[in-house]
Amino acid sequence: MRRALLIVVPYLWLLALFLVPFVIVLKIALSDYNLSIPPYSPQYDPSSGWQGLRDMFAAFDFENFVFLTEDDLYWKAYLSSLQIALISTLLSLLVGYPIAYAMARAPEQWRPTLMMLVILPFWTSFLIRVYAWKGILSTEGYLNQLLLGLGAIEQPLTILNTDTAVYIGIVYTYLPFMILPIYAALDKMDGSLLEAAEDLGCSRLSAFWLVTVPLSRNGIIAGSFLVFIPAVGEFVIPALLGGSDTLMIGKVLYEEFFNNRDWPVASAVAVILLLILVIPIVLFQRNQQKQRELDG
Amino acid sequence: MPEKTFEPWNDPTEKPLIEFKGVSKRFGSFTAIDNQTFDIYAKEFFALLGPSGCGKTTMMRMLAGFEAPTEGHILLGGQDMAPIPPNKRQVNMMFQSYALFPHLSVWENIAFGLKRDGKDKATIAARVDAMLKLTRLEKFSQRKPHQISGGQRQRVALARSLAKAPKLLLLDEPLGALDAKLRQETQFELMDIQEKTGTTFVIVTHDQEEAMTVASRVAVMDDGRIVQVDTPDRIYENPNSTYVADFIGDVTILEGRVTPVDGGFDLAFAEDQPAIYAKSSQHLASGQTAYLAIRPEKVSVTPEKPADRRNVIRGKILDIAYLGNLSTYHVALPGGQIIKAQTANTRRLANRPFTWEDEVWLSWTDTAAVLLER
Repeated sequence: MRRALLIVVPYLWLLALFLVPFVIVLKIALSDYNLSIPPYSPQYDPSSGWQGLRDMFAAFDFENFVFLTEDDLYWKAYLSSLQIALISTLLSLLVGYPIAYAMARAPEQWRPTLMMLVILPFWTSFLIRVYAWKGILSTEGYLNQLLLGLGAIEQPLTILNTDTAVYIGIVYTYLPFMILPIYAALDKMDGSLLEAAEDLGCSRLSAFWLVTVPLSRNGIIAGSFLVFIPAVGEFVIPALLGGSDTLMIGKVLYEEFFNNRDWPVASAVAVILLLILVIPIVLFQRNQQKQRELDG
Repeated sequence: MPEKTFEPWNDPTEKPLIEFKGVSKRFGSFTAIDNQTFDIYAKEFFALLGPSGCGKTTMMRMLAGFEAPTEGHILLGGQDMAPIPPNKRQVNMMFQSYALFPHLSVWENIAFGLKRDGKDKATIAARVDAMLKLTRLEKFSQRKPHQISGGQRQRVALARSLAKAPKLLLLDEPLGALDAKLRQETQFELMDIQEKTGTTFVIVTHDQEEAMTVASRVAVMDDGRIVQVDTPDRIYENPNSTYVADFIGDVTILEGRVTPVDGGFDLAFAEDQPAIYAKSSQHLASGQTAYLAIRPEKVSVTPEKPADRRNVIRGKILDIAYLGNLSTYHVALPGGQIIKAQTANTRRLANRPFTWEDEVWLSWTDTAAVLLER
């Protein structure tokens, strides 16, 4: 009885906060655009009873999903989002791995401080931090002033409102999610493994590739998913730092909802986005599962 | 023809495999190794024995190349090892934690070093299979380290460090993680493998029984210095200091002033007791302070005063430690000193002759005790 209760509670939670909203969004995606409040039809009237429910289901269609395939804006936005997320993930890995490595090799008494520094940005609102990058990256921003002052460049660089700014924003925002799992993996590693590798004829570099990297593999995979999954649907960063030609599905979604007020098409975009992300999420879960088995 | 015994250290024509020449190692202001000079010969099973923090692990890490001596030289086959990094030395190490690569199978772990040497596939496979056979691990070759037992992991670590056929194999507390029974079996296995492969082994241990069992020679270390290097029997029977006598096995040490007599010395250790006599070739001045070390198994316990022995003391049994095969008696003298005596329990316990508070006579022969200057 108590066990059943323990299992039921989290499932109720998932049902209320994930499944119900998803069903509502799916319902809107299957509806048609209409000038009304809310702006779609059919709408279910509880007083119409059983017949009303049947009429509603009869009115559902996949028109909006078909529409998504007809206008190439959408699949281009999906592809571009995946590409930006993938490149950002690789960049985060390139930046995050050395940081995590240095943290794991740092003297014991320094590690809490270094960990603190990685987590510290979370104490400020995400929105404010992304806004701050506007001040740094704009033509008159601090970065350009610094580079001009040093004489490194003649003309100010145009970084803000380009894809580069989006990459910088995503890597900056999600870097801690890359660092922490890799650090956890490296921290657990027994230092004598590297000595053993050297003893058996490895140079420092080959010991890194043959021992350190494989042993931090699960941290790399976890960190990559933690960056990739939210980056695909990212809206704030491309909206604030990206240019008008930065195409990301999060922005398209926002415009459908709030500029066109076409809730059904926007919902269809959201449903497809979710389906695309289910694949990496399932892969991520499997990686975590495997990790637990190895540790257990 | 007399059987040739393995004693290269007594043969002046024999060239040592490893020479320590005035080696010191300091970490900041702390001296881990203090100006040590000694030799290790090919095919030896050499044990570095000492309490934790005595510098034995530092000694081994210098041989492996993970630490460089602050002063002095270490020579391997006459060649100075200082400029050779660990991955180029013909020395392999078996780590205390085994340090098996958790992402590789047993087979791949053993093949790791061979692959780094760029050997061809057939050679590697043959060598790995030979190592698996030597350590009886054939059945487990495809398992990962976390899927095998502690004893099997220990053998994988041994096989991996032997795979490259090093000139010198270093073993850092190799049996520390095993339980007592498995450890004993493994000690004999180690000796067997050492003999079969003809590799020179240097073992670091804090377990004196282990060092005595496996080693051809034992170096007893204390505080960065080797106190005595000798064969296990000489370390036990002829310790050169009270430190060695006390560290190896059980011993009673009596302190007193000596008087030369009859090719030996009388030691006066207490005012109310007769002096104790020990034969000794030591050169001690009359009236000098010296120490007498006597092993418990050389002390006889009798209910009556034995007539034929020179060293006879009366005491009362304070404690009895029953070890199954042996019993150790702690006998208190009237002056408060305690002398340990050990007897073999050749008869069943029901017939035990002594019990607590019994008055007994302790006695030993003239040559049983060792007289030490420090």
